[in-house]
Amino acid sequence: MTESHKTGVSAVGEPATATAAPARSFLEVRDLHVHFPTEDGLVKSVDGLSFRLEKGKTLGIVGESGSGKSVTSLGVMGLHTVGQYGRQKARLSGEIWLDGQELLSADPDTVRKLRGREMAMIFQDPLSALHPYFTIGHQIIEAYRVHHDVDKKTARKRAVELLDRVGIPQPDQRVNSYPHEFSGGMRQRAMIAMSLVNNPELLIADEPTTALDVTVQAQILDLIRDLQKEFGSAVIIITHDLGVVAELADDILVMYGGRCVEYGTAEQVFYEPQHPYTWGLLGSMPRIDRAQSERLIPVKGSPPSLINIPDGCAFNPRCPYADVPKGNVTRTERPELREVGDGHLSACHMERGDRDRIWNEEIAPKL
Amino acid sequence: MNSPQNRESSPGHRPARKAVLTYLIRRLFAVVVMLVVVMLAVFGIFFLIPKWTGVDPATMFAGKQADAQALEGIRQKLGLDDPIIVQLFDFFRGILAGRDYTSAGDTYHCEAPCFGYSFKTEQAIWPILADRLPVTLGLAVGAAIIWLVIGLAAGVVSALRRGSIWDRAAMGMALSGVSLPIYFTGLLSLAIFSYGLGLVSNEYTPVEESFPDWFSGMILPWLTLAFLFGAMYARLTRATMLEVMGEDYIRTARAKGVREPVVIRKHAMRSTMTPIITLLGVDLGALMGGAILTETTFSLPGLGQAVLKAIGEKDLPLILGVTLITASAVVVANLIVDLLYGVIDPRVRLA
Amino acid sequence: MTTQRSSRRRIAASAVAVAALLVTAGCGGGGSDGEGDGKAPGFNAANGKTANASDKKGGTLKFIGTQDADSWDTTRGYYGFAWDFMRYYSRTLITSKPVAGKESSELVPDLAKAKAKISDDGKTYSYELRDGITWEDGKPVTSKDIKYGIERQWAQDVLSGGPIYLKDTLDPDGKYKGPYKDKSKDKLGLEAIETPSDTEIVFKLPKRNGDFEQMLAMPSASPVRQDKDTKSKYGLKPFSNGPYKFESYTPNKKLSLVRNPEWKKSSDNIRKALPDKITLTLITNSDEMDKRLINGDYDLDINATGMEAAGRQTALKEHKGNIDNPSTGYIRYAVFPQTVKPFDNIHCRKAMIYGSDHKSIQNARGGPLAGGDIGTNMLPKLVPGSDLSFDPYGIAKNDGKADVAKAKAELKKCGKPNGFKTTIAVRNNKQVEIASAEAMQASLKKIGIEAEVDEYDGAQTTGIIGNPEYVKKKNYGIIIMGWGPDFPSGQGYGMPLWHSKYILDNGNNNYAMIDDKKIDGMFADAIAELDKKKAAEKYAAINAEVMKGAYYLPFTFEKNIIWRSSRLTNVGTTDAFSGRYDYAVLGVK
Repeated sequence: MTESHKTGVSAVGEPATATAAPARSFLEVRDLHVHFPTEDGLVKSVDGLSFRLEKGKTLGIVGESGSGKSVTSLGVMGLHTVGQYGRQKARLSGEIWLDGQELLSADPDTVRKLRGREMAMIFQDPLSALHPYFTIGHQIIEAYRVHHDVDKKTARKRAVELLDRVGIPQPDQRVNSYPHEFSGGMRQRAMIAMSLVNNPELLIADEPTTALDVTVQAQILDLIRDLQKEFGSAVIIITHDLGVVAELADDILVMYGGRCVEYGTAEQVFYEPQHPYTWGLLGSMPRIDRAQSERLIPVKGSPPSLINIPDGCAFNPRCPYADVPKGNVTRTERPELREVGDGHLSACHMERGDRDRIWNEEIAPKL
Repeated sequence: MNSPQNRESSPGHRPARKAVLTYLIRRLFAVVVMLVVVMLAVFGIFFLIPKWTGVDPATMFAGKQADAQALEGIRQKLGLDDPIIVQLFDFFRGILAGRDYTSAGDTYHCEAPCFGYSFKTEQAIWPILADRLPVTLGLAVGAAIIWLVIGLAAGVVSALRRGSIWDRAAMGMALSGVSLPIYFTGLLSLAIFSYGLGLVSNEYTPVEESFPDWFSGMILPWLTLAFLFGAMYARLTRATMLEVMGEDYIRTARAKGVREPVVIRKHAMRSTMTPIITLLGVDLGALMGGAILTETTFSLPGLGQAVLKAIGEKDLPLILGVTLITASAVVVANLIVDLLYGVIDPRVRLA
Repeated sequence: MTTQRSSRRRIAASAVAVAALLVTAGCGGGGSDGEGDGKAPGFNAANGKTANASDKKGGTLKFIGTQDADSWDTTRGYYGFAWDFMRYYSRTLITSKPVAGKESSELVPDLAKAKAKISDDGKTYSYELRDGITWEDGKPVTSKDIKYGIERQWAQDVLSGGPIYLKDTLDPDGKYKGPYKDKSKDKLGLEAIETPSDTEIVFKLPKRNGDFEQMLAMPSASPVRQDKDTKSKYGLKPFSNGPYKFESYTPNKKLSLVRNPEWKKSSDNIRKALPDKITLTLITNSDEMDKRLINGDYDLDINATGMEAAGRQTALKEHKGNIDNPSTGYIRYAVFPQTVKPFDNIHCRKAMIYGSDHKSIQNARGGPLAGGDIGTNMLPKLVPGSDLSFDPYGIAKNDGKADVAKAKAELKKCGKPNGFKTTIAVRNNKQVEIASAEAMQASLKKIGIEAEVDEYDGAQTTGIIGNPEYVKKKNYGIIIMGWGPDFPSGQGYGMPLWHSKYILDNGNNNYAMIDDKKIDGMFADAIAELDKKKAAEKYAAINAEVMKGAYYLPFTFEKNIIWRSSRLTNVGTTDAFSGRYDYAVLGVK
């Protein structure tokens, strides 16, 4: 199956020539495409993405909104294929392997049974993600009883236990509260409790702290980290903010225009970033130890339309260094992911020398 | 799942009950004020407008040979010489405590709830209303059941199968439902099912006389009314459902692995019901004043027919009686809707 | 894009509607003759003659209607159909003869043994009551009950609405205050009526009146028993002395009469009393009423105001044998108040008569069958002295067409050669009247007259066009109305319209404001005439005088199309009841 890969190099660094696949990772995404046909044209939200993740590890997927990161997570969860009534259905291709099972070709009900039990998700805004008409307890109990044939009482005990575990005071009473009776942080804790109720092996947190106060953000991130240690799950954290994954992630995948532009360990991405977009993200990271004026260097311009992705590098229009590589190559050729270090991949036309020089001389000092 | 003990012990809920009580009292007070204003308006329209245009209201009841003595007698009987406020006060006092009427030296006591006597037929108003209300109530409730079932089903199917043949068919029907007038659909159904095929009765039979005849006579009115309302409900359901299905909490439910039918029935329907119930309250309340077109088309002796006749004949007490019933029904229906809201949506419980 | 789509939807919706219509068309006309029992006797078979004569008793006679009586109290009812129907439960000293056609306007004794013995001076009328006349509780009807019943007309403050001819005739100065204010013990203080015994009654008139017996034949001269008088509520359940009594009555909904077992056939020469039960169902939708009649659910329309266009068409096409086309005795007309300029000038009034297109107005009213013949003068068919061929303005001679040249000549004489502006007042609840107003408006435009049509609240007719001040203020130069005789005489028909005494501040019927000593005098002369034939001639002369004044533009001598079910027996239209069937003799097969 690997022969069919046109990209040749996967983000995971699987050698193109390898025929005898080693033991599969716990989660393996291969050449994932998520396309939405619309009246205006085909939206290529995710366009050939591959990565892998082991249990107990955390992957951070970073990118601006519209980069395809949330679409990826929903793709893994199989949420693109349910309930898109009447709307143009998403077209998915590629492979998603979870614990040895391919999900894209699997029966929808099989995937449904995995959802919530094997893989769970935490959403960005707990206020809208929790049903306003049902109590927190009810929603957690429901999540539990979908996959466990137990009576309500048992499920309720389990819910209280988890609320307690995520740090909600008086959980036996708060279990009867409605989402609107909780503070934002509490709601997200409850959401986490709900996602963990079935001990999922894969936890996807989609911008879990974006809707929260800064002080609460740290608490929630700590909680996720602690819980990961305790449950040993594989975790994917999706964020636009590199700061969020700085201390959490083992690996970081930077997405731009539906593709991976840089992949590496957290150290590689933070200390030897190889892609101008990653530099931009690093520059726009808020840091307390810098003065206001120096701190934020946002990436200028706006993300590309995913309908007509131009030839050449998708980042080209916004790239300050687009003219560094010789000729017209940034405008005519799409850069492939290339290994730039030990398992460290980047998709940029610049020569290694240029990149190192720019990073060391222009970028790093400002950060 | 919410055991009462837990409710009680929760500190958040104790003031809630008191709040509900205060809320109810406040609402009831507002209701009374509103009813007084409505009645005042009806009185005003009735007596002031003819006065302003220079027409003596008494002549409306005097007949062909309007004798001066007759006009004076009518003026007295209608209490036209009293200020409107006094008339209004008497009217409400009659409803609450009953009142006495003097005519030709005799005194009649009209027991509470006394809505007075018809100017035209000399009947006491309350029995007229009490006689006609069940007809209107039966029409409205029966039709509501049908339009809810049909409207919700069509709306949900349309929303879930958007763009499908079902959606198009249902919405096409709905469009004809809202755009075709009652008298058209009503007459058409009468022509076909009653006069043409002889399947159902063309005449109203009181339910206490014969349930099957009553039912047979009510089917077409129900369906006709339900066709109109069902169309509106289908469209509303469809729009709301489409919106709800895009909500984050629906995605959450799916992410939990909840089966799709449960997602729809439990998570989506509950939210979809909120605007439906609001509309239902208003519609049912308004229909209590009589579905005038439906009642006329099918010759149902309900409140709508009575008020239509009363307006034509300037029978003020009857107009007031029906207005009061309609206004009260709308208010009560809204109150019920608000309370139901609390049951459906916990966020509004304390409001 | 959006508009396109929505218009496509609209087209789809109308396609559904059209398809539905086709379905109805396919289903329509399923009925046929011979529904019910037996075959319908034929078109106009009961018009002025009796069809299906029979003495078969039993069954239920089913009336339907869209208009309830103004009151079933004999003193208060003024609707003609109600007077017809009241004879089921109420009798009078004399009444109209129970035969079809013209003869029905003859009076025959009912409670009385014979017609009145009239004194030589024509001012005293004496009757003797017959034997066996009873109330529904078995007690005999006495002369005092009759006197009390008539006295109730004086209690206008409580019992308004009914005709007050007897009051005006017996007590023109209003000395008596009515039984409810009567201080005498038996409440029979009216001096003009004497009751020497329980079976004798004597009326003493201050002035001769040739129509006095006509007034006694009206239901408002019915007996009412004092201990059963519920005053203003009497109409909800009148106490019967006829062959039927009230079983139940819900106004505007349903009335049921059942046999009054105390009534004796031997005491009554008028009523056949064939059905066991008589019901009246009231609905509000006249098209639906026609359908139910055609469907055979009901026997006849109590109001008898004529079928609606849709029902008429079906009936004429498929059930012609079930319909009659009688004259109603009404004249539909436009009247020109002299108080509104320029109608104070006779030439402007004449211009109206010449300038209107009578044919188009007739068509607006439903054509010759449903509307009636083009009117040429103001005395209707059922009134003695009437001559429908009398055509002083040559309307019929000109085939109903407008005579524009003559109209313009009159306008010139009036000093308005280029026309003028005026307002047509028409009741908003009579579609036919609105249509006639519009037809008249259209034809007047051709002679330069701009007439604006003002639809006023029909329920307030008495207070609006019955109020001369208001008419003047609103500049109502043309008023559309109709009039029929309360009793078949020139007095009963023409007095309220043409006599100066009837110019009232409110409830005026003399809309033309005719204040003409000559006409007043002609009325006095005609009323005092006891010879029917001579009286008729005198009323004809009044009619001619009124026509000369050009106060009125007659539209039609009204006719209408009424339905009778195939099972009705003894059915025939009467002059006495304005072209309605005589309800008292109807039976069902």
